[in-house]
Amino acid sequence: MSALLEVDGLGVEFGLAAPPFRPQPRLHAVTDVSLTLDRGEIMGVVGESGSGKTTLGRAILRLQPPTSGTIRFDGERIDDLPNRRMGPVRRRMQAVFQDPTASLNPTMRVGEAVGEGLAVHRIGTHAERAERVGAMLERVGLPAAWADRYPRQLSGGQRQRVGIARALVMQPELLVADEAVSALDVSVQASIVNLLADLQAEMALALLFIAHDLDLVRHLCDRVLVLYLGRIMECGPTAEVFAHPRHPYTRALMLAVPRIAAVSRAGKPGLLPGEPPSPLDPPSGCVFRTRCPYAIDDCAKVVPPLEGGRHGAACIRQHEIQL
Amino acid sequence: MSATAAPVLDVRGLTLDFGDVRVLHGVDLHVYPGETLAVVGESGSGKSAASLAIMGLHDPRTARTGGAVVMEGAAGPQELLGLSPRALRAVRGREIAMIFQEPMTSLNPVQRVGTQIAEGLRLHRGLAGTALEGQVRESLREVGIPDPERRARAFPHELSGGMRQRVLIALALACNPRLLIADEPTTALDVTVQAQILDLLRRIQQARGMGLLFITHSMGVVAEIADRVAVMYGGRIVETAPAAQLFAHPRHPYTRALLGSLPEAAGDGPRRRLRTIPGSVIDLRNPPPGCAFQPRCDMPVALCAQMMPQLDPVAPARASRCHRWTEL
Repeated sequence: MSALLEVDGLGVEFGLAAPPFRPQPRLHAVTDVSLTLDRGEIMGVVGESGSGKTTLGRAILRLQPPTSGTIRFDGERIDDLPNRRMGPVRRRMQAVFQDPTASLNPTMRVGEAVGEGLAVHRIGTHAERAERVGAMLERVGLPAAWADRYPRQLSGGQRQRVGIARALVMQPELLVADEAVSALDVSVQASIVNLLADLQAEMALALLFIAHDLDLVRHLCDRVLVLYLGRIMECGPTAEVFAHPRHPYTRALMLAVPRIAAVSRAGKPGLLPGEPPSPLDPPSGCVFRTRCPYAIDDCAKVVPPLEGGRHGAACIRQHEIQL
Repeated sequence: MSATAAPVLDVRGLTLDFGDVRVLHGVDLHVYPGETLAVVGESGSGKSAASLAIMGLHDPRTARTGGAVVMEGAAGPQELLGLSPRALRAVRGREIAMIFQEPMTSLNPVQRVGTQIAEGLRLHRGLAGTALEGQVRESLREVGIPDPERRARAFPHELSGGMRQRVLIALALACNPRLLIADEPTTALDVTVQAQILDLLRRIQQARGMGLLFITHSMGVVAEIADRVAVMYGGRIVETAPAAQLFAHPRHPYTRALLGSLPEAAGDGPRRRLRTIPGSVIDLRNPPPGCAFQPRCDMPVALCAQMMPQLDPVAPARASRCHRWTEL
């Protein structure tokens, strides 16, 4: 069986405004990213700001045209598909974003917002659509009668439930959740994560879960992809990656997460120095080498390939260093 | 943290009202020199409202504050509530400083960062000329900004988020305050940079013996930085305890539920369910009767809906606002 989503060598660059008489600067948001996602699988995408995780999600959804590489959805290439032929594909891939207040139209009632996709794609009659919307609202834990309410009458958590209902009422095969729970209070976050996990299992959804919260990714995802400055640093089954990280960056990210267990004060080992360099002018060779405690001269010479099969890391020293 | 010294900040029965909505219902807090008190809570808990009230930063036309906020200053204890704006300005910056979540909005975008740090030093410490320039460089160096001579001439937009937060810390600490109030100072930062900033705050605080009041929503950050913790819900402190004791054995159902809902608590292995807290965050305009947490609590009894529990002492330096804390 082929994977639902196959991304191969994906690159996304943004051209910035050029200063007079100089070449146009190019921002390398995503460089040479390859991944596959099966039906019913959850992949976490982690990385700091500027790592390209949001751009990757947008490119897969075709909200951002790629500059190189290919994207296949259910075996069909969609990266070069003209917009008019994207319609049927868009039905099958949906998204949930971070800020439920910004992603809902404040003048549209909840029912209209949830049913908008169905109406656009002319699915069912008006009555059938209303019925599906009501059922979906109940499924995400909201009363069907709330279809008449406006987003401002809802709390943040309830709005995010509407956002999830709006995406899943289309019965997509792929859901891209970009920081879908980051803006929520801890106590509300847990119930939204449970809801996403339940619906994902029920509908056998492929889920691309983009998040900066490593604990959540560890909790929810089958596999994890670690991005830094637009490139894959490490990729593999979540349990393996967290138990035995093979890239120094993954290790550093894990160490930086504030922990309740084993309260360690002062002199924390492996504190990463500095901040990611500018994506306008990424370092040669390995992009992480400028902050890496294990960097050697060779790291500046070649871009390390992602090696190791199912659990791969892009580090030329992965076999000699003890993490 | 010595028990004999007077607290650098002593807040008693702090109340805050916006019109007829009561946001703080009598909050008691104290911070000793060299101690870090973390105030933790969700949106609407009143944690930020309390820090702004302590600093006297609410608009007096819309907000009414009550209670007592006593600062142990250089010239002895001083009551801050009711001070004239002019007297308050002399305290702010010199005795108490504050840093916020988003450094970009706290810095003046059209002024070089060195100039902004110099302002407080000139105003509060009367420095000028080369002494002033030297102190500005020293302030930047202390917060780990490389090449301070050059960075002092930078504008805020030329710096990264982490660097801006360092500048803000330098600015807050320039006049050697006795108390630093930090309101979610690392929330907008990436985790690797957050770890650096927490480490920096910890080192500077220890070196100076400064009191630190740290406002956050993250229990992980609390564990990293706090000596003591005050958990807030619906404008009241519901539990207060030394950090290690709070995590080892929470004595309020809300604290227990908050800790239990973290992915860290769900244990290893994917697809375990997270424990949730039913209901949503409290509506301050329409608070429930009795205990504010009672509608979401997993162990309420009839009494909980009738009477707001007192903040009962549980152990030395520990208290819980729950009718049933003995059963926890």
